[in-house]
Amino acid sequence: MVSIHTAQELDTWRESLTAKVDPDLPVITVCGGTGCRVYGSEKVWTAFQDELTNQKANARLNYDVKVTGCHGFCEKGPLVVIHPQGIMYTNVKVSDVAEIVGETIVNNTVIERLLYVDPQTNEEIECEQDVPFYKHQHRLILGLNGLLDPTRIEEYISQGGFDSLKKVLVSLSPEDVIEEMKKSGLRGRGGAGFPTGFKWELCRQQPGDVKYVICNADEGDPGAYMDRSIMEGNPHLVLEGMIIGAYAMGANQGYVYIRNEYPLAVKHLRQAISQAEEVGLLGKNILDSGFDFTVKIKLGSGAFVCGEETALIASIEGQIGEPRPRPPYPAEFGLWGKPTNINNVKSWASVPIIIDKGSDWYASIGTETSKGTVIFSVVGNINNTGLVEVPIGISLRELIFDIGGGIPDGKSFKAAQIGGPSGGCIPAEHLDIPIDYESLQSLGAIMGSGGLVVADEDTCMVDFAAYFMRFTQEESCGKCVPCRVGTKAMLETLERICAGDGQPGDVDYLIELGEEIKRSSLCGLGQTAPNPVLSTIRYFRDEYEAHIVDKTCPASVCKGLITYSVIDENCTGCMVCLRNCPEGAIQGEKKEVHVIDADLCTRCGMCMSVCKFDAILVE
Amino acid sequence: MQIPVSEIHEIIDREAGDEGSIISALEKIQQHYRYLPKEALILASQRLGVPLSQAYAVATFYNAFSLKPKGKYCLQICMGTACHVRGSPQLLDQMETKFNIKAGETTPDHLFTLETVNCLGACALGPIVVVNDEYSGQMTVQKSDALMKRLIRKEGLD
Repeated sequence: MVSIHTAQELDTWRESLTAKVDPDLPVITVCGGTGCRVYGSEKVWTAFQDELTNQKANARLNYDVKVTGCHGFCEKGPLVVIHPQGIMYTNVKVSDVAEIVGETIVNNTVIERLLYVDPQTNEEIECEQDVPFYKHQHRLILGLNGLLDPTRIEEYISQGGFDSLKKVLVSLSPEDVIEEMKKSGLRGRGGAGFPTGFKWELCRQQPGDVKYVICNADEGDPGAYMDRSIMEGNPHLVLEGMIIGAYAMGANQGYVYIRNEYPLAVKHLRQAISQAEEVGLLGKNILDSGFDFTVKIKLGSGAFVCGEETALIASIEGQIGEPRPRPPYPAEFGLWGKPTNINNVKSWASVPIIIDKGSDWYASIGTETSKGTVIFSVVGNINNTGLVEVPIGISLRELIFDIGGGIPDGKSFKAAQIGGPSGGCIPAEHLDIPIDYESLQSLGAIMGSGGLVVADEDTCMVDFAAYFMRFTQEESCGKCVPCRVGTKAMLETLERICAGDGQPGDVDYLIELGEEIKRSSLCGLGQTAPNPVLSTIRYFRDEYEAHIVDKTCPASVCKGLITYSVIDENCTGCMVCLRNCPEGAIQGEKKEVHVIDADLCTRCGMCMSVCKFDAILVE
Repeated sequence: MQIPVSEIHEIIDREAGDEGSIISALEKIQQHYRYLPKEALILASQRLGVPLSQAYAVATFYNAFSLKPKGKYCLQICMGTACHVRGSPQLLDQMETKFNIKAGETTPDHLFTLETVNCLGACALGPIVVVNDEYSGQMTVQKSDALMKRLIRKEGLD
């Protein structure tokens, strides 16, 4: 690999790399995101390589094949996109590979059966960018994810990578960079939404030679995986953002605190760091600017609270991840007592884009108070599960129905839970609100880190609230009493309601307790933990009352309140449920209607899962 | 299980020297043995100059660490939100009943450990069950029953 000492050398290297790229050479990109890997994309990639070797041996044709980061459309994986045309094939199997090479690469014809079919119009769509899932997006941060081989710094460089760093080191003072960040209006994408430029300025102004920057990649919200996808698919972008930030704040050491549960992201990040060190974009005197910077990786060990910045710092220091009161803020007293700036992966990844395109351009995207784009992982009861990057201010309806493709199996939308265990639910009547920091807050939700879970009519909102409360109660570090004891008391109440033992007054008790926990907890975990409960009470109080007063679960979820029975008209007496019931709770003879013994039934759902005649009723 | 002291020393040697390295050292030990043997915990605290109480605090605070050996098959059920709304609690119930253990426990024959995880980030495939790093997606009680039966048969316990 080359060694880059000056801005000039970086330009020369980039030119030589782009000169080598043949624009007419077909490039097959196979999505290597975790979702597609689970579907078997690695085998697909190997098959393409074998096919290529075979073709080359016969001197028939040439093409390039590479594994890229996550393309985002996880629902349809493994995804294969063929450039330069941009033809997208979905659910690709190893058995499709020879045909793709033979038809699309050699004969330049499209294989219709592998195309995405728009469920609205029933039409096949050829190109990736025309698929509704992508068409309504504005992919700034995720833009290069589907194009780059994340394990090669050369690819990032040839796409203009580290040009923003060059611009900063050659022509901008640290103050200029901070000014640019302030003007861009970027707000912390970890959830709290604090203006990034001001945070940097605060850290810059602190006295002392030793400062730290940290990338918070402890993505802990269940149902959110965009940080992982960025680090897997474009780790250099995050590094470039960190180097720029470190220069602006005067830090020479950076840390990436990343979840141990993300092995592929860790691997790609390690490779990115060592490649940047090797070429000289990390280390001493970067691009002859006199600025030194190195980055280390620290692995999180599975504690949700470590996403909180003071807990994260404690964890890097080798302590248990307990938060401490702020002030002093990390900008004044952070890692090892030194001024420290912590930003989320998405915030760091936005930095090179802002520097490259300019703060005015960036600030033109979004709303009056929330600028730029935001990434959501749209999951749950939705047709198009995946990662979506949209301008802030897009309506929830557009996000769920135009991009997300609506709710599967013709069911109806009930609520969108935004912001994970700290967030809240937004019901159908507010589908047209713009998604920005303020609007979400006014409805009792938060932007959070971008997890968006769609719940359909079969989701019980009380059970859903109990789910989040169970999560925060387990993840509460136990340091402060309101969070440790309060979340437990809330959870017990919710579990009692779900079991059918709710009492009048329980709902008011939950509200009172929730408000108190929010007011008196030490850190963000406790201060937001009651949100899922409070917001479901706000919009779905009738469901709580149904559990407590009528002793019914309207969505037929809560075990203590439901019974399984056989619908006589539908039952054919096939005996499949009877044979599969683990409790032996079903009686009946062949070709005769079966009966479920409610006393023996544990409501495990097996009969419903195996019945082919819709003959099991839950109510 | 007898743990060779030299092996633990080797693991710690690779991690020593960096500030805050007790967590990294324990992570490596956990990776190697799939739990933290008592000897290793004591040795790590001595070698890195960290009080044993702090090493123990770290070992019990973070979810990645386990003080008990795990079973031959580690069954993880994803409890992420997407998996939850798609029915993962039913799968957990089913497995708890089948193996007669609670999440976090290991069967007395040391064959099966049942665990819940907080989101594997492969939400399109939910609900997900992972057996020793092998993913099974879009699970139903029916499919998970077949999965468990297959493992049980493999061990000749049927």
